[in-house]
Formats: sequence, structure tokens, C-alpha cells
Amino acid sequence: MSSNRPSSESPTKPDSTPRFWNDPDKRALIFQGLIVLALGAFILTVVSNTLHNLEQRGITTGFDFLSVEAGFGILQSLIPYSEADSYGRTFIVGLLNTVLVSFLGIIAATFLGFLIGVGRLSKNWLLAKICAVYVEIFRNIPLLLQIFFWYFAVLRTLPSPRQSFELFGGYLNVRGLYLPAPILEDGFGIVWTALIVGIVATWLFKRWADKKHDESGREYPVGLIALGLIVGLPLLVFFFAGAPVTMDYPALKGFNFRGGVTLIPELIALWLALTIYTAAFIAEIVRGGILAVPHGQLEAASALGLPRGRTLRFIIIPQALRVIIPPLTSQYLNLTKNSSLATAIGYPDLVSVFAGTTLNQTGQAIEVIFMTMAVYLTLSVLTSIFMNWYNSRSALIER
Amino acid sequence: MSTLEKSNQAQFMIELRDMNKWYGEFHVLKNINLQVQRGERIVICGPSGSGKSTMIRCINRLEEHQKGDIIVNGTELTNDLKNIELIRRDVGMVFQHFNLFPHLTVLENCCLAPIWVKKKPRAEAEATAMEYLERVKIPDQALKYPGQLSGGQQQRVAIARSLCMNPDVMLFDEPTSALDPEMIKEVLDVMIELADEGGMTMLCVTHEMGFAKTVADRVIFMDAGQIIEENEPHEFFNNPQHERTQLFLSQILQH
Ligand SMILES: Nc1ncnc2c1ncn2[C@@H]1O[C@H](COP(=O)(O)OP(=O)(O)OP(=O)(O)O)[C@@H](O)[C@H]1O
Ligand SMILES: [Mg+2]
Repeated sequence: MSSNRPSSESPTKPDSTPRFWNDPDKRALIFQGLIVLALGAFILTVVSNTLHNLEQRGITTGFDFLSVEAGFGILQSLIPYSEADSYGRTFIVGLLNTVLVSFLGIIAATFLGFLIGVGRLSKNWLLAKICAVYVEIFRNIPLLLQIFFWYFAVLRTLPSPRQSFELFGGYLNVRGLYLPAPILEDGFGIVWTALIVGIVATWLFKRWADKKHDESGREYPVGLIALGLIVGLPLLVFFFAGAPVTMDYPALKGFNFRGGVTLIPELIALWLALTIYTAAFIAEIVRGGILAVPHGQLEAASALGLPRGRTLRFIIIPQALRVIIPPLTSQYLNLTKNSSLATAIGYPDLVSVFAGTTLNQTGQAIEVIFMTMAVYLTLSVLTSIFMNWYNSRSALIER
Repeated sequence: MSTLEKSNQAQFMIELRDMNKWYGEFHVLKNINLQVQRGERIVICGPSGSGKSTMIRCINRLEEHQKGDIIVNGTELTNDLKNIELIRRDVGMVFQHFNLFPHLTVLENCCLAPIWVKKKPRAEAEATAMEYLERVKIPDQALKYPGQLSGGQQQRVAIARSLCMNPDVMLFDEPTSALDPEMIKEVLDVMIELADEGGMTMLCVTHEMGFAKTVADRVIFMDAGQIIEENEPHEFFNNPQHERTQLFLSQILQH
């Protein structure tokens, strides 16, 4: 019965206009419009409600509070800060502390992560296993717990200043790590000059060596000469200038150490935890990146007679980095965001100082949260801009 | 260093003597004996898993043999890295899946080893590369990336890349079996031309029997890790001695 179609039914022509609600383009437009409307209504309600509430509680809106005196102390500051400074300055102090711990964490985590990632691929069974265990342990324990571990279980149980451990010519105790600080004297400028000369000379030499290599195939020990110019030359100048540096050693005065530089235990704990946790992820990224280079690439390089070092430099590293860099940048971003767990142990980062104490004292929740979020958002956007740029630049060209 | 070894060096390009290889417990190559003259062109065939790839990969030490001797151009393959390096300079290899470097242009693929292994000036390496790209008929693709080329073009680049090192021996491991039928011919043509020029010692694992008939001096049949039969192509195809050879030939000639 169904085999014979009624002849009256004409097949739909492709160019016939569908009904309004059946046109996918128009339908999408309607839905998008509805979503925008709903979102707008929601935001409007929230904002007007909040404004109303604030008004009732007698809180003025606006950014005037930033110039008001803060009146609270901050444990660690990279710029001069006292209680008499403004709330605006607490923002800067917090931001710099966030930048400090993130920067230290990123450097250390990258270093450790690459070592462990490569170690996991080692032919040495024991080394590979140790690295694998490291990764499994540290990426599966919640970061907050790791921060607590380093802070409460390790650093807070250290002895008092009088029974300090000696470490790297400094002292470690429950109050932190006290390290000697170099104080540069007048003659030190010449050492900086030597360093700059060394860097410029290395760059020039590298260019010259590359050109010579292209022309004649001859190779020069660029690495060795760079080491000599960048490290050796400033060192030589340093000693000839009579070592114009004095060390400021920390010394026990009363109940505490004075002089040198101090790393507070909150910074050390946060730095250790962020480094060790993120390194586990970076290790996996590095391992994945190296494994992503097909074995055939190594075979082709070997068959051409390329030695191991050359194969690494020209074949493996460029292809592995292409895979490693994007997730690596997002780990950097994660580390920066995770540094806001500082609040839990009282490290004075942006969230703890500004979105914590400052917000509590001023009650300017909207402005403070807005400014804090804007900082993290800016970082994210900058990172993703970088990643898009890198991806488009390093994408393999295919048909 | 006996006189015997010296005479071998003059006589054979490649010599395998009682060569054995195991993968763990699995005995892949059993007592392989093979002598290849300078400029000789050899086709190796046999059923899948018979050890053809493994054998030719032992010749440039992509795989290590455990027993017996491999002597290439008078140098014995041992664990000595110097010897391995020396042999790899003389031996080029073309793979089933091309294995071009995808992040380098065709020209860079061809120049990398001449510059960094043979220490040639860049201009000279590029000139040589262009010469070989011309010989494989794709000089116009020199600045493209491998991903932009067809399979046949990629394989021809791979051949040019090997030739740029000016090897005495070329090893081919099923160079056409990953290609669509219409591209097989363009690659085979390049290989036939290379064979016709003479001078190049060629070992080619392939099931292209037409190619074997046209260029091979000798066809070798392998099964279960052993060389079962070897003969010049006419005899090999028309008068196979061994039962397993007959079976194999009847199977592939059906296609
Ligand atoms: N890395 C390895 N580990 C263990 N066994 C291997 C390995 N590589 C190859 N084999 C085994 O060795 C045998 C010979 O392999 P080989 O690749 O040389 O065969 P082939 O003759 O080239 O086959 P095909 O025609 O399929 O390419 C096969 O049985 C294979 O499974
Ligand atoms: Mg094979």
C-alpha cells in the first residue's frame, strides 16, 4: 500500500521558502535574541537589587574608597607599605605578591616538570618508576591539602629561631628562611656593563657563526663561547674590580633574625605546593609531547646518519614543543589562579589582601570583586591571545 | 683484518654471514647468508611477517642483530657507534610511510643531513637538493611542506632526501604499498630510472612483480625468517623451485 505514493503530493523543491519557524537561520536568530533578553533582564535585576540593598545599608558605590587609609598591616610587601597607606595601595601590594609567587612557581614547576617528564621516559627502570609515582601522587592530592601539608606539617613544626637549621649559609626556622643578601657597592656597575657586553657579543658571534656555517659548513663551539662571554667575562671583571659586593648576613638579635632577605613560611609553603603540584601536570604534558613525535621520525633521522644530539635539536624538540606549549601555557594560568588558595594559610596575595581584608573593611564588594576578577580575566585573555598566536604560527601546513 | 676480509671488502657491498636475530624469545631471522655485489639490484619478497623489513633494517642498524656478521662496504656492524655512523653515511633508506619531517619544507628535508652530517655549505647542499628534486620530477614543490603533497610526491621527496647524502646503497621497504594505485607508477618510474643509471646498490622489499622483472638482478624469497630461494627474475617467476615460493607466487599473481 505504501509502495505507491499518491501522485498529488509534489516533492519539496529545494528553493521553496520554508515556514518562518522551520528556517534554521531565522530560528537561531530568535533563540539568540531570547537568550540575550533573558540575560539582560537577569543582570538588570541583580544590579538594581544590589544597588538598592547597598543604599539601604548606607554604603556608597564608586571607587573613592581606594584613596582612603587602609589601617591594616600586610605580612609581606615588595613595595614600601605601612598601615597609613591607602586601600588602592593594598591592591598593588596584593597583586605584586600574587605575581611573585606565580613567577617563582612557574619557573620552578617548568624546571621540575621537564625533568620528571623526561625522566619518566628514561630507559632506567627505577628512575622512570620514581617519576611515574611522583606524578600519580602529586596530581591526585588536592592542592589545598598539599599547601596545608607544607605549611602546618612541615614549616610550622620547625624549631624556634634560637634552634634554627643552617641552610645555604642562611637559617631556617618556624619564622621562615633567612638568607644572606648581596649588597652591591659603587664599583658594581662595571660588572653589569660586562654582562651586557657579553650578551651582545654572544648575539653577534652567533650570527657570524651561523653565516659562516651556511657558507662553509664549518661549525664553531657557539655554546662554549656563549658561556665564556656571558658568565666568564662578567666574573673576570668582577674579580678585577675587587669583588665590589658585601654580603648582608642574617644574625640573631634577641628573639629573631635581622638582616639579609627573609622568605616567610607562607610564601615557601605556597611556592612548594604550587610547584610540586603543577610540575606533575607539566611532566605529563612533556611526556605526551615527546611521545607524540612518531617513531618513524627517529628512524628517518637515524637512517640519514643524524647523531642523537642533532636529532633531538632538529627533529624531536621542534615537533614536541608544538604539542607541549599550548597546554603548558594553560598550566601557567592554572598555577596563577591556584595561587589564590594563599588565603587559606594567610599568604598576602591579591585575593587574601584585597578581596579579603580590604573588602571586609570597606564593604565595597562589587568594586573589589570586579577589580580582582578583572586582574585574573586579563591574565586569561592575554594567555589565550598568546596561545592562538602560537597555534596559528606553529600549525603544520597541510592541504 | 685478514686478507680474506680485505678481499671481501673489494668484492661485496653488503655481506650477511649466519646472521640471527631474536625479538625476546621469538627467532625472527634464522641464519641469513647474503652477499650483495656493488651495483647489484635485489628484490626481496615473501609473506607478511617473514622478516623482510627486519632484515634490511639490520643493515643500517635500525635493528640490532644478535649473532653472525654484517659487513657493509668493508665496515663491520658492531656496537661501535663510529662504525654505525660510517655505515649510515653509505646507506640510504626509504620507508613505507615516507617519514618526511613535517615541520620542514621539502628543501629543508633534503638539506638537513648534508649540512649537519656531511658539513656541506648551505648553498651547495641546496643546489644538490634541487638537482635530485629535479630528478624525481618535483623541483616546483621545493618550498612546500610535506603535508601539502600527495603520497606519491612525498615518497619521491623521501627518495631525493636519501639520494642527497650520496649513498652507495639504497634500501627500500615497501616504498609503494602505502600509495594509491595511480601514484605507484610515478614512484616506481623514479626507482627504475635510478636503477637504470647504474652504480647504485639497491635492496628493495616489494610485491611489485613487474618492477622485479624489469630491474632486479636477483629476487630473494623469504619465509619464516629464512631465505628460502633466490634466483634471477626470469627463473624465479617461471620456474620457482620451492613449494612455498610457488604458493606465494600463485597467491600474489592472482591479484
Ligand atoms: N619490535 C618488534 N617486537 C617483536 N616482534 C616484532 C617486532 N617487529 C617485528 N616483529 C615480528 O617479527 C616478524 C617479522 O617482521 P617484519 O616486519 O620483518 O616482517 P615483514 O616480512 O616485513 O612483513 P610485512 O610484509 O608485513 O611488512 C613478524 O612476525 C613481527 O610480528
Ligand atoms: Mg615489512
